[in-house]
Amino acid sequence: MDIGKIVEDVAFNLLKQAVIYLPDDVKQALKKAYAEETSDTGKTQLKAILDNVELAEKYKAPVCQDTGTIIFYVKAGSEAKDLDKIENALINATRKATKEIPLRPNSVDPFTQKNSGDNTGRYIPFLHWEIVPGNSIELTAMTKGGGSENVCVTGMLVPGEGINGLKKFVIDAVIKAGAQPCPPTILGMAIGGGADISIKLAKKTLLKPLNESNPNPEIAKLERDIFEAANMTGIGPMGLGGKTTVLGVHVDYAFRHPASFPAAVAFNCWAARRASARINADGTIEYLTHKIK
Amino acid sequence: MAVYKFKTPISEEDIRKLKVNDVLYVTGTIVTARDQAHRRALEFFKQGKPLPLNLEGLAVFHCGPVVSKEGDKWTAVAAGPTTSTRMDIFEDEFIKNFKVRVVIGKGGMGKKTTDAIAKYGAVYGAFTGGAAILAARAIKNVRGVEWLDLGTPEAMWIFEVEEFGPLAVAIDSHGNNIFTDVQKKVEEGKQRIYQKLGLTT
Ligand code: SF4
Repeated sequence: MDIGKIVEDVAFNLLKQAVIYLPDDVKQALKKAYAEETSDTGKTQLKAILDNVELAEKYKAPVCQDTGTIIFYVKAGSEAKDLDKIENALINATRKATKEIPLRPNSVDPFTQKNSGDNTGRYIPFLHWEIVPGNSIELTAMTKGGGSENVCVTGMLVPGEGINGLKKFVIDAVIKAGAQPCPPTILGMAIGGGADISIKLAKKTLLKPLNESNPNPEIAKLERDIFEAANMTGIGPMGLGGKTTVLGVHVDYAFRHPASFPAAVAFNCWAARRASARINADGTIEYLTHKIK
Repeated sequence: MAVYKFKTPISEEDIRKLKVNDVLYVTGTIVTARDQAHRRALEFFKQGKPLPLNLEGLAVFHCGPVVSKEGDKWTAVAAGPTTSTRMDIFEDEFIKNFKVRVVIGKGGMGKKTTDAIAKYGAVYGAFTGGAAILAARAIKNVRGVEWLDLGTPEAMWIFEVEEFGPLAVAIDSHGNNIFTDVQKKVEEGKQRIYQKLGLTT
């Protein structure tokens, strides 16, 4: 069994699923927002998004022309074989996807400004590794749009202000972002750990389905409160006004240093592209987010 | 909120009928221009050189399309709008010199452009960010491409479109700008949100 080949094929399929088919939970949230939006202009925008989502599926074309920066999350079973083959397989899958789907080449050397042309480059696609018990490998592909990435923030808040400081931090970030991240957006927030840890956790929560709130009831309430508050801003779809500014909020946390209160907000646009699959030890594959098409 | 369907070339009189929050669909010719094409067009004007195409009454689209070529024929695969604020430094001159009547993009534009839109008679139509396939389906024909030396996203693409939209009229020729209005309202409502969250500031 050639794990490299299997991973490459699965990763290619995941990229394809992610960029063409929005996850069901995001589609449902957009439909609900469309039904509930009271601003005519806002409604027109949500209708255009829903029409676009449908056309993308019909013509099997990427839902947005910015097919993003490619990131993989790998949960590797500690007993899985040939883990050293995965990185290369993911790079190959990225190259193939760029050519065949096609994806927009979005990987630029920050010093020479040269575009590699195939969505790969130093540290790109980026891989997040996690070792878990068992012998299967779970792969998740995320393609992250630039417009919504440009408004992500991290901050070092005042520990004494506690969660209130966090609430203000996130609302200010949403207001400052305005129309830029193509609202309605999805917010991933995290506190604690350190600057790097909070943004990493915040971004990772964007992989969670919108209808899955935090199991801790207190944090789930914070998610709801932020959701309602963000939608009170009136920024609306595409910043043209309305009550749909965010589709969902996820919060995660790590323990913090007594003197630090790191916080991070990661934005995802309505084109929230993600797809996951599990590769079992016997080589069988289960697609977890999309039915393979 | 009224819905308008205009064919290019669009007259100043017609474009002045539009008000913010109206919806516009454009049929006819639109050209893409991002930073580089704006810069080059204005240089041409300064040197007295004609543009490859007379833009009077047409629409300029802030877009770097994904295109494919079969034989000699180009097709637009995905063509969503890009952030318009980058073109703010050029757009007033562009509207003044070339008399485009519609500027299409996402995210809105600033005061200079808003003033030029009022003065020379144009509108800014917001096309839904990310809705790349919706846009591409309205492009019936890629009539041509100019300045391909700037790279495909930055080149000037000439598209023949049918009912290209919906464009939310976000800046009209009467000095209104939805984006600045929304921003102002958001700023004004901020304290109410802080209160709801139990913050005292
Ligand atoms: S912010 Fe998202 S939806 Fe908007 S253009 Fe970028 S990738 Fe597409």
